[in-house]
Amino acid sequence: MLSAAAPRRVAIIGGSRIPFARANTAYAELSNSDMLAGALQALVDRFDLHGQRLGEVVAGAVLKHARDINLTRECVFSTTLSHETPAYDIQQACGTGLEAAILVANKIALGQIDCGIAGGVDTVSDAPIALNDGLRKTLLRAGRARSVGGRIAAFGGARPSMLKPELPRNAEIRTGLSMGEHCELMARRWNIARADQDALAVASHRNLHAAYEAGYLNSLVVPFEGLSRDNNLRPDIDPGKIAAMKPVFDRRAGTLTAANSTPLTDGAAVVLLASEDWARERGLPILAYLRAGEAAAVDFVRGDEGLLMAPVHAVPRMLSKLGLSLQDFDFYEIHEAFAAQVLCTLAAWEDAEYARERLGLAEPPGAIDRAKMNMWGGSLATGHPFAATGGRILASLATMIDRRGSGRGLISVCAAAGQGVVAVIEK
Amino acid sequence: MSSGTPSGDRYLDFVNGPVGGLLAKRLGLPTPVRLVRNGDRAAKARPVLVGAAKGARLLSALAVNFAGQHVVSFYHHDAESWREAAEEHGLMSGRFGERSGRVGALVFDASGIETVDGLGALYRFFHDSIRAVCPNGRILVLSIPPESAGTAEAAAVQRGLEGFTRSLGKEARRAIAVQLIEVAPGAEAAIGSTLRFFLSPGSAYVSGQVVRIDAESGQYASGTTRRTVLVTGAAQGIGAAIAELFSARGDQVVVLDVPAMADKVAETATRLNGVGLPLDITAADAADAVLQHARSCGGFDVVVHNAGITRDRTIARMERAGWDEVMAVNLRAPLRITEKLLAGGGLRPNGRIVCVSSMSGIAGNPGQTNYALTKAALIGLVKRLAPAAREAGATINAVAPGFIETRMTAAIPFMVREAGRRLNAMGQGGRPVDVAEAIAWLADRDSYGVNGQTIRVCGQSLLGA
Ligand SMILES: NC(=O)c1ccc[n+]([C@@H]2O[C@H](COP(=O)([O-])OP(=O)(O)OC[C@H]3O[C@@H](n4cnc5c(N)ncnc54)[C@H](O)[C@@H]3O)[C@@H](O)[C@H]2O)c1
Repeated sequence: MLSAAAPRRVAIIGGSRIPFARANTAYAELSNSDMLAGALQALVDRFDLHGQRLGEVVAGAVLKHARDINLTRECVFSTTLSHETPAYDIQQACGTGLEAAILVANKIALGQIDCGIAGGVDTVSDAPIALNDGLRKTLLRAGRARSVGGRIAAFGGARPSMLKPELPRNAEIRTGLSMGEHCELMARRWNIARADQDALAVASHRNLHAAYEAGYLNSLVVPFEGLSRDNNLRPDIDPGKIAAMKPVFDRRAGTLTAANSTPLTDGAAVVLLASEDWARERGLPILAYLRAGEAAAVDFVRGDEGLLMAPVHAVPRMLSKLGLSLQDFDFYEIHEAFAAQVLCTLAAWEDAEYARERLGLAEPPGAIDRAKMNMWGGSLATGHPFAATGGRILASLATMIDRRGSGRGLISVCAAAGQGVVAVIEK
Repeated sequence: MSSGTPSGDRYLDFVNGPVGGLLAKRLGLPTPVRLVRNGDRAAKARPVLVGAAKGARLLSALAVNFAGQHVVSFYHHDAESWREAAEEHGLMSGRFGERSGRVGALVFDASGIETVDGLGALYRFFHDSIRAVCPNGRILVLSIPPESAGTAEAAAVQRGLEGFTRSLGKEARRAIAVQLIEVAPGAEAAIGSTLRFFLSPGSAYVSGQVVRIDAESGQYASGTTRRTVLVTGAAQGIGAAIAELFSARGDQVVVLDVPAMADKVAETATRLNGVGLPLDITAADAADAVLQHARSCGGFDVVVHNAGITRDRTIARMERAGWDEVMAVNLRAPLRITEKLLAGGGLRPNGRIVCVSSMSGIAGNPGQTNYALTKAALIGLVKRLAPAAREAGATINAVAPGFIETRMTAAIPFMVREAGRRLNAMGQGGRPVDVAEAIAWLADRDSYGVNGQTIRVCGQSLLGA
């Protein structure tokens, strides 16, 4: 599949996202297409891509309407990009955005394309509501019936209870437990204290606020629908109030609260990737290079591994291929699905027994310098529109590295169904 | 005062209430919007929408001023050049479109317009954007002084912007204030304080004005030391509001008023942590006394000639004394004191002199031939003294208040008062603090480029030029 003389480096040119909004607030009336097209157009504006035909645009959404079979391609039509730009949708739960970037990057590296946009979008406000499965089957059966009598007979099977719509649930299909309940189990397994989770949440808000105040996010965020900052951000977050909040997933003995878990969020983020030559020909900046990506999955159903522990496995696998150690990084971006998820990840990397038995490593990957983690805030403060998070993190991290002049950063994103997507970027 | 407190204007309170608002709408009555001023419940900071005609010269100065203030901006699709300027200065910006939401201000750089055809950019921008401005929003058009234009056509279209902004001010409504800011070539870097003021809540009652910035501050750059501010007629009314504002901003105020008000002078001075100066400015040695006080405190940084009186009578009925008193207080005193201070070194470097004129002096008013003469004379005075002031490293300007809610206006018969209140684009009277805010802007250390001008604080009165 190599279409170039040799594999090429993949440059991260820049990213655009709209401010993230808590569900049912600023973007309550918007669809995934509205938001994804908004972020895409902002990227096109910023890098003057009007009328240009790109290699491809790849994006996705976790919560998607049936009508959005070509969500990303339809969004291309809404922008000033050349309408001859191909596009496709992908979906890997919260890993969608980062996985999209890895796919585009692979094609660039192989010479199949010279440039592309990767990203993601999600709305919980405009979530698809499905027909009750019983009603749906009744309707389908009636449609198949040949006679009027047969149709009436089919409707005879309808029950009032079938009128109850099916709302998308944040629950694992195979265990019936919500993601928060799963994370509670992990927090218990790894003895993660409530106070540590709360401290991580407070740091997330403080870091994000500081980044906005310093103007670091000005090249990454575009004002949209009356917002110019993420509206989940609490600049003057009060640790006392956070500590007083009641647990939400396990009301009796739990440690996860609304503050140390990500809120349901609406938003979109996209990133422009290209070969070095393509960027240079257009005089575009190169923030950093996407060096490696890796996905892993764990069996949280039968095995006794935690639902959100896949990145713990993915990172050492990727690092061994690159000959890097966990300490060889200047920045760490660990997606804060829950504060507890981040803390479990860090704890597992430091645990010698776990390293031997689960990761197959003689030595544990070890501790990281926490001061280098999520320096411009994480998902707890920013919010987490599932598929948009990967693009947000990738563009922010690349900008951090560019501001520093050089450096290496690690991205780790956990995802539903026991999956994880991780990447290394550097310059 | 917060936006929820009564204003002394019952109608304004009524139509801004739940029942009155509905009723006024049904009956088609005018519905003035309550002005948001400094200190009112902070309205959400909204983005600024920037537009520009080809050849715009002020975008980079604009971006420099927006940077560091967290100004979020949109650019109109005709103004790609703003995207570049914003990016260069690290500002957050996005293209204006249907998903942009409401904006707090429109800023259009018209400095590059040289032809009649070029005015199309002005039309497109305002046609597309005027509805996006939220109530209490701001509109600024940036231009060049017409006489500095290269051709007759360019001079004509630049001068034409004045008619455009004044009309826009009258149709924008919803407490939106509109100004034209003429920036002379070479003075681009001096727009900061003027931009800040006219985009801030402080300028709520100033609209339809033309402001010229024609010099860079040069050696008279901003400082931070506490300034000494003399305010005449400061025991009460507008003068007290002026003294209060300067004091609140950390300056040392000298509260001057007639000896008969000595108690009130002392009280005000104490309250504002300032100095009292009981003095009749019409006294023979008044100018000497003011200069002496100036020398005793190392010179004044700011002098506000606010003391003023009315002796209203038609010219046929007017007594000679009423004529003479008004001349003495409103005109001769500020004239003599200013001359004395300038000649005697009573003003410190980067000093500021501001005279309080009046809309009467611009539009005229029956029964005020004497008063209007003196208030118009101040306009002439600041214009004439401007070059000398600048030579001394200072500026001299005037403000011309319109209908300001004070003891004086409360005494006017109801119908006349209602007319005075409503006959302006804001549909309401101003407050003493509105005059004070405009003076504070002219007195700003960075307002060196504004000199010899008269700025009206009248909510864009329907009367007068
Ligand atoms: N109120 C308005 O609507 C309005 C409109 C336009 C202009 N103005 C101008 O604003 C200024 C202040 O007006 P105001 O409404 O606060 O009036 P005011 O009468 O409340 O205050 C004026 C002050 O000046 C003082 N003063 C008068 N003669 C003096 C003298 N010889 N020496 C020292 N002090 C003297 C008075 O004692 C008084 O305290 C005046 O110049 C007035 O002409 C007011």
